[in-house]
Amino acid sequence: MSPKEIVVLSGKGGTGKTSLTAAFATFAHKTVLADCDVDAANLHLLLTPRVTETGTFMGGHEASIREADCTSCGLCAELCRFGSVSEIDGWFGITNCEGCGVCVEFCPAKAIDWKPSVTGTWMVSDSIAGTMVHARLRPGAENSGKLASLVRKLARDQAQAQGADIVLIDGPPGIGCPAIASLTGASAALVVTEPTPSGLHDLDRILDLASHFSVPARVLVNKWDLNPELTERIETLARGKGCSVAQRLPYAKEFTQSQMAALPIPLRFPGSELAGRIEEIWKETQSWTMS
Amino acid sequence: MKIAVASGKGGTGKTTFSVALALANRDRARLVDCDVEEPNAHLFLRGGESTTTQVWASVPEVDASLCDSCGKCTSFCRYNALAVAGTAGLLVFPELCHDCGGCILVCPNKALSERKVLRGTIESRVIDGTLELVTGRLEVGSPSAPTVIRAAIENPSALQRRVTIFDAPPGTACSFASCVHQADHCVLVTDPTPFGLHDLDLAIEAIQGMAKPFSVVINRSNGDDDLASRHCRRRGIPVLMRIPERREIAECYSKGGSLLDADPSMGERLRALLDDLHFHVSGGPIL
Repeated sequence: MSPKEIVVLSGKGGTGKTSLTAAFATFAHKTVLADCDVDAANLHLLLTPRVTETGTFMGGHEASIREADCTSCGLCAELCRFGSVSEIDGWFGITNCEGCGVCVEFCPAKAIDWKPSVTGTWMVSDSIAGTMVHARLRPGAENSGKLASLVRKLARDQAQAQGADIVLIDGPPGIGCPAIASLTGASAALVVTEPTPSGLHDLDRILDLASHFSVPARVLVNKWDLNPELTERIETLARGKGCSVAQRLPYAKEFTQSQMAALPIPLRFPGSELAGRIEEIWKETQSWTMS
Repeated sequence: MKIAVASGKGGTGKTTFSVALALANRDRARLVDCDVEEPNAHLFLRGGESTTTQVWASVPEVDASLCDSCGKCTSFCRYNALAVAGTAGLLVFPELCHDCGGCILVCPNKALSERKVLRGTIESRVIDGTLELVTGRLEVGSPSAPTVIRAAIENPSALQRRVTIFDAPPGTACSFASCVHQADHCVLVTDPTPFGLHDLDLAIEAIQGMAKPFSVVINRSNGDDDLASRHCRRRGIPVLMRIPERREIAECYSKGGSLLDADPSMGERLRALLDDLHFHVSGGPIL
């Protein structure tokens, strides 16, 4: 049986996705972890992974013009839809290449090189909460979505090999390529938000994205006591969109303190009320996903 | 002068800082929200008539009577947005298409043509007649954030201002790069946490790759000896400003207020900060 994939997302950044994913992981048995926030990965900072296997990610290609062969015809600049070809005094150069290959294919002088680029590294590790798959995108690189897809695939392979039931995914903020790559085909999404205007606005868009890809979503309001009235509105919005609503979590210093200690909350504060609440949320989310 | 306000980690206070910087300098700066996946500046800068333009992209459309399923387009496409599926012939997946136009150019039978799809919108507003806000907004389900970011940056200015502030997307990937690339200087907002510093270093690595000058603003700071301040001192990174860790600021933000509402004395400091940045970038005052 293929494992269930539960993805933790947020829309807005900084709502507590990674702290919660790491905390859930301490309660989750027969689970493989995947950090799909590949361009700003943080899960490894809480789970002390020991890398057992690693590989390079060939994200794509980068075009570059060989000056010696360029006839300065300008066709590349005309064809590039990403504004990546610039001209200074008849000299053409490419920066911030999207890697589509159009200029390479159509350059009449065949003066554009097309080199595959290593844009990241993936890792499989043993961590204090079981096997985790994570990655590091070369800063500034393209194809964060493809690397997120690769991390998910590797995590599914690990889960299958170990007979694990669940892949728990720490997703990226936003609703773009890496968020789409983390979400499509997942069994369920747990969306962590906060009661601020940005939290509400961004939640609305990430729930639309989940519904667009037919992934059932459950909403968790973190730091709910910052604004109880807005928390109510957020939960009403979520129910109105057909989502389930998880227990709220209060504004708690334990999040930062656990980060400082480089430990998940339940290991830094074992037996605390917060840890107990997070365990309940995990169990409820798990049974909701399986039902 | 163009300044990108970026961060690496999400939720560190990019929007809080860029909104306050724009408000304090409204007579000489405009703000472009380039966090097109989740634009938020408009939640704190309300009012003004809005003009909206749409950002369209061209995705391929197949004329089945001309397509012989030769596969030239599918092997050309780097984004797997086209596939030949047995008797069904050529299929197009607009959600994967990055609008490069290559498939249309390589098709030997001219079986592909362009179909317009909406990728996002650009909204422009002038608040109280003085502060211009341009908001780029990606359509939900669309992969092409950089296209919408470029359109937001290129949107014609409604007001003559010497400085443009970009509220950049989080992360260190292509959306971030396509925004920061257009700026003269990048201000990185971090919080003094291990996650914040880890992602700050990634963002710095990306910015150094683009050879852009940068500086740091520390949000939720506990003073000049917090984790981020020590980190920046050790690495020789200039710190422009510290925004203190105070629950009132968080509560004010949660009600849609700006940093200037929480602490009016910030206004003067943010004006001086922009003067300093302008001297640093252009070697002279903002005229």
